[in-house]
Amino acid sequence: MATADTPAPRLRFARIRPGRIITWTLLMIGGLLMITPLLFMFSTSLKPASQIYDLRLIPASPTLANYAEVLSDGRFLRWFLNSSFVAITVTAANCFFDSLVGYTLAKFRFRGRQVVFIAILSTLMIPTEMLVIPWYLMSAQFGWLDSYWGIMFPGMMTAFGTFLMKQFFETVPDDFLEAARIDGLNEFTIWWRIAMPLVTPALSALAIFTFLGNWTAFFWPLIVTTSKELYTLPVGLTSFAVEQAIQWEKIMTGAALATLPTLALFLALQRFIVRGVMLAGLKD
Amino acid sequence: MSRDATPPPAAPRLSMRMRRALWVWGFLALPVLFYGVIRFYPTLDAFRLSFTDWNLMSAPKYIGLENYRRMLAEPEFWQVFRNTFAYLVLGTPISLLLSFTVAYFLDRIRFGHTLMRALYFLPYITTASAMAWVWRWFYQPAPTGVINAVLGDLGLAQMDFLRSTTWALPSIMVTAIWAGLGFQVIIFMAGLRSIPTTYYEAARIDGVGEWAILRRITLPLLKPTTVFLVVFSSIGFLRIFDQVYNMTTNDPGGPLGSTKPLVLKIYQTAFSSYEMGYAAAQTVVLFTILLLVSLGQLWALRKR
Repeated sequence: MATADTPAPRLRFARIRPGRIITWTLLMIGGLLMITPLLFMFSTSLKPASQIYDLRLIPASPTLANYAEVLSDGRFLRWFLNSSFVAITVTAANCFFDSLVGYTLAKFRFRGRQVVFIAILSTLMIPTEMLVIPWYLMSAQFGWLDSYWGIMFPGMMTAFGTFLMKQFFETVPDDFLEAARIDGLNEFTIWWRIAMPLVTPALSALAIFTFLGNWTAFFWPLIVTTSKELYTLPVGLTSFAVEQAIQWEKIMTGAALATLPTLALFLALQRFIVRGVMLAGLKD
Repeated sequence: MSRDATPPPAAPRLSMRMRRALWVWGFLALPVLFYGVIRFYPTLDAFRLSFTDWNLMSAPKYIGLENYRRMLAEPEFWQVFRNTFAYLVLGTPISLLLSFTVAYFLDRIRFGHTLMRALYFLPYITTASAMAWVWRWFYQPAPTGVINAVLGDLGLAQMDFLRSTTWALPSIMVTAIWAGLGFQVIIFMAGLRSIPTTYYEAARIDGVGEWAILRRITLPLLKPTTVFLVVFSSIGFLRIFDQVYNMTTNDPGGPLGSTKPLVLKIYQTAFSSYEMGYAAAQTVVLFTILLLVSLGQLWALRKR
């Protein structure tokens, strides 16, 4: 064993080096293939209509004319603002309520705690698609169809967020909270001022997930909105693309406009986002 | 605080507990209402509606299991059912195999690691409806579509992609795999990182080869991650909608219904034909399938 063991690592080291380079190259090719659709989307959005059959990635004569034209009637700006408002509001609501409920379930012992927890958790099993018909009927009854509230109300709280926050609040030592109680802080202030700052990594993961989820949401906004002024960006883009028929440079411009905000967000917060995904994905 | 100090010693304790219960239910009041009205009531309502015939014009009429019987008798439903499972059965293994391979090798790379990870992850944060149009453009016939143009340059035969009843579904599925791959890579990498390096060191000292390490150590210890991703990805494919809807707008779910998944069928039944009862019955079927998948996850993890 021992004699065979000594030369082995050196041998493997020597053998692995070229392998590493091949691996690296293959991974890089794969990675570039992954972003090819994005590259072509941006490239075509910068080409005049006459050049869209020229499939070179670098446009021969780049122009922002498509952007000027697509943005000129203000629809995209409107959809962008709608999406921003909806995504930010829902994210804020989730950060507030999911944390509050998660904290209450993690840090208080009270009758009915287990029932509330299981009840909330069990809603994870219910697919949105099953709820949209009752939501639609409910919205029709209360006059929520075709309104911001109509788009937002189903997602104001989520079981996923509650569960995530509960797990993180469980790691907050009770002593901290007891000390605050002795100082005479009320329970709301203890949660908001003492406990919340201790779970910011989880909170930012929740915020990123909720924001991305709502920014890209398609199914429910498609159902609940009918007037173009209330479309979110994804729904607006679909209606725009259908209308453009085969003007692919216009469609690519619209797609680029819908994609740019999240790309910018990602480039700014890459580390944060990846860590958030890991944190949230590994909840079980 | 100051009020607590004055009453006799037994009283504040009780009132403390009372007050804390008040806080608790004060915190939970709105959420309990929300989950009741926006989650549980609609769930029950969906079940109730599935036993009715209702077109929104007249009052719902109770028809027992008629909707379910109609579903079983309708050829399109079976086609939709087959399509949905085709997305699942092809999509889940392919995407997991790809994402594991990428994660496994990416995990060992130091040089350019962050950049490379970003390249694989970027598609995940794009808007599905927007990227569906990019892919739709890619799949167009020769002068327009990128893929066919490349095939033409290489002297290869043109592909019909979205116009073919055989190839349209795999073409859409590729788009969905592409969009979800980054998430799976990240989760697999997190799983790989959580395996203690001492296991690998011990194995290497014992002279175990890389392939055996992968099979005997990495994969078994990665099982919870894999099970999670199998379920997560399966649920995603069973609920596929955005890509199909956007890539087939001129004939939703076409050509000839060959790409139509269950959720698109539900959407059309409810919001094009306004057959709310029949659509609700279809959502109950979807719910049942998803429930079985989730129970499968619990079973797979418990068996360990």
